[in-house]
Amino acid sequence: MSSDLSSHGEVAIPDASGAGDPIPDPGLPPHEPRLTDVDEQAAKRAERQVATLFGLAALLIIAFVVAYLVVPRHAAFLGFGASNLALGSTLGLALLFIGVGAVQWARRLMDDHEIVEERHSSSSSEQDRAEAIAVVRQGADESGIGRRTLIRRTLIGAVATLGIAPIILLADLGPLPGNKSAHTIWRRGTRIANDVTFKLLRPEDLELGQLVNAVPLTLEDLPEGKERNNARAKASVILVRMEENQIRALPNRKNWGVGGILCYSKVCTHVGCPVNLYERVTRHVLCPCHQSTFDLADNGRVVFGPAARSLPQLPIMVDADGYLVAQSDFTEPVGPSYWERG
Amino acid sequence: MSSATPKAVSAPLEFLDERVGLAKLVKSNLRKVFPDHWSFLLGEIALYSFIVLLLSGTFLTLWFKPSMQEIVYNGAYGPMQGLHMSEAFASTLDISFSVRGGLLMRQIHHWAAMLFIGAMTIHMLRVFFTGAFRKPREINWLIGTILLQLGLIEGFTGYSLPDDLLSGTGLRFVEGLIRSVPVVGTYVSFFLFGGEFPGDAIIPRLYPIHILLLPGLILALVAAHIGLVVYHKHTQHTGSGRTNKNVVGYPLMPVYMAKAGGFFFIVFGVTALMGALFQLNPVWIYGPYNAAQVGAGTQPDWYMGWVEGGLRIMPNWETHIAGFTISWNIFIPGVGLLGLLAVVMSIYPFIERWVTGDNREHHLLDKPRNQPTRTGFGVAGMTFYGLLWIGGGNDIIATTFHLAINDITWFLRIAIFIGPVIAFMITKRICIGLQRRDRDKLLHGTESGIVMRLPHGEFIEVHKPLPMEQAYELAAHDRQEPLDIGAGVDHNGVEAPNRRILRLRARVSRFWFGDAVQKPTAGELEAAHTHGHGHDDGHGELEAGESEAHRPEVGAGSGKTPT
Ligand code: HEM
Ligand code: HEM
Ligand code: FES
Repeated sequence: MSSDLSSHGEVAIPDASGAGDPIPDPGLPPHEPRLTDVDEQAAKRAERQVATLFGLAALLIIAFVVAYLVVPRHAAFLGFGASNLALGSTLGLALLFIGVGAVQWARRLMDDHEIVEERHSSSSSEQDRAEAIAVVRQGADESGIGRRTLIRRTLIGAVATLGIAPIILLADLGPLPGNKSAHTIWRRGTRIANDVTFKLLRPEDLELGQLVNAVPLTLEDLPEGKERNNARAKASVILVRMEENQIRALPNRKNWGVGGILCYSKVCTHVGCPVNLYERVTRHVLCPCHQSTFDLADNGRVVFGPAARSLPQLPIMVDADGYLVAQSDFTEPVGPSYWERG
Repeated sequence: MSSATPKAVSAPLEFLDERVGLAKLVKSNLRKVFPDHWSFLLGEIALYSFIVLLLSGTFLTLWFKPSMQEIVYNGAYGPMQGLHMSEAFASTLDISFSVRGGLLMRQIHHWAAMLFIGAMTIHMLRVFFTGAFRKPREINWLIGTILLQLGLIEGFTGYSLPDDLLSGTGLRFVEGLIRSVPVVGTYVSFFLFGGEFPGDAIIPRLYPIHILLLPGLILALVAAHIGLVVYHKHTQHTGSGRTNKNVVGYPLMPVYMAKAGGFFFIVFGVTALMGALFQLNPVWIYGPYNAAQVGAGTQPDWYMGWVEGGLRIMPNWETHIAGFTISWNIFIPGVGLLGLLAVVMSIYPFIERWVTGDNREHHLLDKPRNQPTRTGFGVAGMTFYGLLWIGGGNDIIATTFHLAINDITWFLRIAIFIGPVIAFMITKRICIGLQRRDRDKLLHGTESGIVMRLPHGEFIEVHKPLPMEQAYELAAHDRQEPLDIGAGVDHNGVEAPNRRILRLRARVSRFWFGDAVQKPTAGELEAAHTHGHGHDDGHGELEAGESEAHRPEVGAGSGKTPT
């Protein structure tokens, strides 16, 4: 093995393999003729085979055009979309036949004598290198970039500053985050509504062991589209009802529920999927994305999975009209963690 | 070919030659030689599926509307009429149900994307295990590393465009991942999404990235990649007549034009048939994205499965310092794994070069067994990837095999560290075993299956000599011995200044090559043949055996007692 790290510029490639040691290279094996090389009949058959493939391909393209024109868009065939099936199989087979025909032509009929080509080293000769260096030197000398340091430095400065322009131009891509991530549209007194029908919820609407998906009623006041979607992405909640004696609320959360009804953020604290699989026996809710599991009887604590933080709980109460409402916004940011979250 | 070229052909050629010197180009390139081997088709599959992506993608752009403007759907797909959805999703439904051939193109596009990344990955493994990344091809390996990353991102951006429930969920992950980046994460996320998630900017922004920026970059890099393959000339496997200084194969015109051209049609045809027969990403079943909904058993495309697995099995570590949060549980698998892949891939060729101290050009491919350590690393890497990938489907495995997700997760958390080590050791042993077998074959020939009884009653199996080509091929690789750094003192007994590094290098090199089995030397070969029984003529040299093709043979038939 050569441990010479400074070999440069040989144009001939040194033999870098152990070839020939200890057994000398017997050289290229002699060319073995194929059946189609020696038997004119076989060659004719191969020719017909290739031509048939090409011919079939042309027919299939015509079938493709016919299928495009006659197969109705919404017809079904054996459970497949008929149009998709007809177009895809005619086109696919046509392409396949062209391809197989071409490959067969090459393999069976084209000359198959192997050719030997010499390799040359990827590097240039010493002389080329020397000349290249000389050319660059000459160019640099003629420009005077080495001597005129003032020009050189100001040029570097100017080009480096130019780099700021495209960066500053990107600043309007988005607003600065501020503390938007820390708040949702829940406020004291915001009514809790079913997330599909927007029907208001009363405590009696929840049965023991039931989970209801809900949103703040104020979501409806937001214009459809971006604003409503953004608000919904953070403010979605789940309501569950369990036996009051099963709840192990933290001291400061004793009055966050209403008669065994607790309300939690629906947004997983891992990377933000909606948690939705509730197991009423264990009172665990599972996120379907990476299986983080939260104990809703125990302040939303993580019992399993990659999520690091408890599911944030929304303190709720009943308003004068008997509807479930929020006591306040969430007391901590919902959803995935982020640097400034603290 | 007839000597009189018709004017209709010669006139335009002359026109071009007089302006761009066409003849010179044609003369030097059209008969370029490419070696033939099935594994060299993998790069071609990647190339052709990329072309299929360009074609089908361009078709899709004619109807796709990259807008998150919310509309009420009243298109052809009955079950969704009256539903609120983004224009992007509605236009995807239109492509699927109202444009004839639209669904086919969508499915071709998606299948070709899976094939593209799959072919690229296996191509990369082929290059790795055969050592095709060695000098002078390191730059092409680096270009490949970038291509792989760009391919993954391109696939993900495409997956996000239709704005269905799955693609929105995928974007949700990405937003979470970006936020986990310390210091700048929140800002990057707000800039990318134009504010909070989901906003209405992300699809219009991903769109030009998906159809212009990334395909343009990929195209440019692929051009450079193939350009370098042409400049270096393709590597070849060892075999008689194939040396480090030549390349043996068939000419571009006509054989490779027909084969490669034909192969493009085959790849296109196969993706079209898959598009016809196998449904994928039926967005009309998932429905439009809604931040408050998610499908159970949500899975990304296969090539993101390993990152998904990392997210799933990572312990839930999060650090709070000085009022700031670092989400290791997301950052390490989400950002770290892709980074790890990029870093490991880009430095590997240089690490190996440092260890071997080998600065020569290599155009003959290695047999994986003759590089037990490299092969071991490769399989260890594949094991790591495979275990993560399994992790990405832990819920499916749990329900299919009735296992607890908790157990699977703990198993994987441990296996991810131990598995690759075990895989490395086993692979290395297997390689060394194969090397030993090759050595035995060279020394003693192969078993003929004929058992003979010697006069004194002993049974022996007659060993046939190896055909010369086969013997040559088995022994054509480098002898790889650990680096010898000598005593390291100069004439005056003073230690060289860089001795510490040299010693480290020697140690790594011993780890690398220390237990590899060396092919026999000429002396050993001679000795083995001299002592063998059989039809040995006493010289132990290469004999002209009586094999079929009247080719010389080696490894004269010596007998070995069967056990
Ligand atoms: C867009 C993706 C890619 C395309 C279209 C592509 C295409 C090709 C083609 C057609 C060849 C020649 C045939 C062959 O050896 O298979 C080749 C060779 C090569 N590719 Fe790629 N490739 C891609 C990605 C990669 C990746 C991800 C790597 C590794 C990280 C890589 C590294 C190489 C190397 C080192 C060679 C030279 C191999 C030799 O001469 O033996 N390529 N590529
Ligand atoms: C490496 C290249 C590419 C990859 C890996 C890729 C991947 C994907 C994927 C996975 C999808 C989702 C398809 C679905 O709906 O099921 C997609 C959609 C799309 N791609 Fe690409 N793509 C590539 C290149 C291109 C190019 C070059 C164009 C256009 C010139 C393009 C245009 C589109 C369009 C318009 C869509 C949305 C249409 C739809 O989803 O129905 N893609 N891409
Ligand atoms: S998003 Fe819920 S576990 Fe990952």
